[in-house]
Amino acid sequence: MKTTMVLSTALVGLAFAAQAQDKEVNVVSWGGAYEVSQVEAYNKPFTEATGIKVNMIAADDPATPLKAQIEAGNVTGDVFDVEVSNAIRLCDEGALMEIDPAMLPAAPDGTPAAEDFIDGALLDCAVANIFWGTVIAFDTTKFTGEKPDSAADFFDTAAFPGKRGLPKNPKRTMYLALIADGVPADQVYEVLATPEGVDRAFAKLDTIKNDVVWWEAGAQPVQLLADGEVVMATGYNGRFFDAMVGEGKPFEIIWDGQYMDMDMFVIPKDAPNPEAAMEYLKFATDTQRLADQAKYIAYGPSRKSSAALVGKYKDGTTDMAPHMPTNPDYMKTAVMDDPEFWADHDAELTERFNSWLAGA
Amino acid sequence: MANALDPHAAIATTAGGVTDGALRTADGRPLVRALARSQSLARRRAFLLVLPLLAFILITFVVPIGQMLQRSFYNDGFSAHMPQLSQWFADNPRGTEPDEAAWTALATDLKASAEARTIGVVGTRINYDVPGTRSLFTSTGRQVRRGLEPPYQAALLDINEDWADPRLWSAMRDASSPVTGNFYLAAVDRKRGDDGSISQVEERQQVYVMLFMRTFWLSLVITFVTFVLGFPIAHLLATLPMRKSNLLMILVLLPFWTSLLVRTTSWMVLLQQQGVINDILVWLGVIGGGQRLQMIYNQTGTIIAMTHILLPFMILPLYSVMRTINPSYVRAARSLGATSWTAFRRVYFPQTLPGLGAGALLVFILAVGYYITPALVGGSSGQLISNMIAMHMTDTLNWSMAAALAALLLAAVLLLYWVYDRMVGIDNLKLG
Repeated sequence: MKTTMVLSTALVGLAFAAQAQDKEVNVVSWGGAYEVSQVEAYNKPFTEATGIKVNMIAADDPATPLKAQIEAGNVTGDVFDVEVSNAIRLCDEGALMEIDPAMLPAAPDGTPAAEDFIDGALLDCAVANIFWGTVIAFDTTKFTGEKPDSAADFFDTAAFPGKRGLPKNPKRTMYLALIADGVPADQVYEVLATPEGVDRAFAKLDTIKNDVVWWEAGAQPVQLLADGEVVMATGYNGRFFDAMVGEGKPFEIIWDGQYMDMDMFVIPKDAPNPEAAMEYLKFATDTQRLADQAKYIAYGPSRKSSAALVGKYKDGTTDMAPHMPTNPDYMKTAVMDDPEFWADHDAELTERFNSWLAGA
Repeated sequence: MANALDPHAAIATTAGGVTDGALRTADGRPLVRALARSQSLARRRAFLLVLPLLAFILITFVVPIGQMLQRSFYNDGFSAHMPQLSQWFADNPRGTEPDEAAWTALATDLKASAEARTIGVVGTRINYDVPGTRSLFTSTGRQVRRGLEPPYQAALLDINEDWADPRLWSAMRDASSPVTGNFYLAAVDRKRGDDGSISQVEERQQVYVMLFMRTFWLSLVITFVTFVLGFPIAHLLATLPMRKSNLLMILVLLPFWTSLLVRTTSWMVLLQQQGVINDILVWLGVIGGGQRLQMIYNQTGTIIAMTHILLPFMILPLYSVMRTINPSYVRAARSLGATSWTAFRRVYFPQTLPGLGAGALLVFILAVGYYITPALVGGSSGQLISNMIAMHMTDTLNWSMAAALAALLLAAVLLLYWVYDRMVGIDNLKLG
């Protein structure tokens, strides 16, 4: 694993060194439809406006190559698109450049960036670009009578028989169990921080353990639903949107109890092109760019001022507002990712989760 | 000169070559030395030829693996960034109550570490041993940066009373030396108590020992199944006429050349509940529509997919050995009155053992380290220890833990290899 990383890092490094004479910036992101949305909304206009070339590099989780590059002392990427918990962690470990909110462009109406970004979207070393949700989706053709419409229904295999798809990690399963068990969204972490709360979550998960197909990669839940292998699954809302609107699959999303995350841009301290990286970060997180991205993928912009500019999907007919995880109606029962909680408890709960999974 | 290096030149020894009892070359040097020189030159040339490979293996294999294994017992995340407190632990034996000197050292280190933005590294290290303490370090660090007044014990406890937790102090003492066995303890579901004693972790947290046993058990099952399936095929390959056996060989090799992921996903298509096999069974009326078989996302799926993927590694060594077995031995046994079973058992089968040994060893060792296939088709009950290693590498980023698990796996495989060598003999191995 590490060998490959060091090797590929070295190779990528060589490739970059060979073309370093032109101004450029290396952006490491998640690939797939998400990468396309960033290329269209950020990269193309950025190169047009500044003449700086953007190299897009795909990774399963950009935090993994970032950590490997830091460990190996050979950082080749300039901007990394990472989850909040990793942004905070790497910032605390001194690996990232600090970003002063005053440097970021103000909203069109003059509101300074520090106030324009949604709470939590600006950190010491990171700027969020999108909000995304882990949501429940079901196959409408499998439920002819009453349709499920809540997190509790996801756990109710008597009323809604059929297999369920869940991610194989504690972070995006235990909160759902608690919500389905009647815990209000804003108290989930309080409950989960106690041993009784953890037991309660596992007890609820026990009720459907035999009906769960576990998934690991973001593309899997969509595939499982499309194959009819499961009738309901939780997954990333942008992927479900792609399948529903892009491919016309008969899925429907239940927005009750969504788990909300942010993706953040970070710049490592030893980035090879720090100035270009900062230029890119400022450009990509301005009001218009964030709104433009929603044209290509159903993830919510991190600036309040962008919401009004979000229009239609690239097909020109689908209104994006009802598909945005940041829609105020969906936010009522949303659980925000709590990076501090997971930085403390991820290892412990993951072990407990694995032990629970492996048990009879 | 070239002549002098040629060992054959020794034949041209002068008539007086034996005067001092040693053979000499044409130019009068002792033959032994000339020979050694020419041979060492040849050896050096040969070494130059393998040098690129050696360097490649060293740089891409030995060094990174060595570094990785080092992480399993060496983690200076705490000791490097908390020097004063580490010194206090070194000066005071286990069991000493932390005095004001300790608290002062703690506060000083926290401040320095917070300013250098290394407090996260420190917190992460302690969080491995005492879950829930990472934010204690980072949040206290933020407050200490703003300034802290002595007495430090009161000041720190004022920020967060968790600082008095004896488990925390015990963990910090363990971490104050960069060399630690704690990752190995955790890898066998053990932990160190506050007083330094070793005990099992709670039952609901135990997972690794069970996974190690499951990994070895499933690998054994897979090895056995590949043997049962592969033996007749290899025999057929070795005994059929050339034209037919070539065709059969292509059938064996074709999947071998196909991408691992393609083969794994094909099994998903075949085995899933709405998949081809279940569809056929329902269509034939063997099972009802409501009782579709669960053949994937569990241990069955892991065994089926891995057996298929590893089958060529059993067939090929078996085939290469079987081809060299002289058919007249079995004929001789039959003509001497042995039944076909006895002839097979006592004459044919023992001769296939070198191939069987090689195949079994290959399949077993590959199976023990497999991870993509179980990750995709294993569900929860078909996960192997390598999936935990991958998880610690990519999700929890606890590389020390991943290294400890990997080291244990490596040690277990080497041990089995040694046992195998003692029982069967490694010379008795034929790879092809």
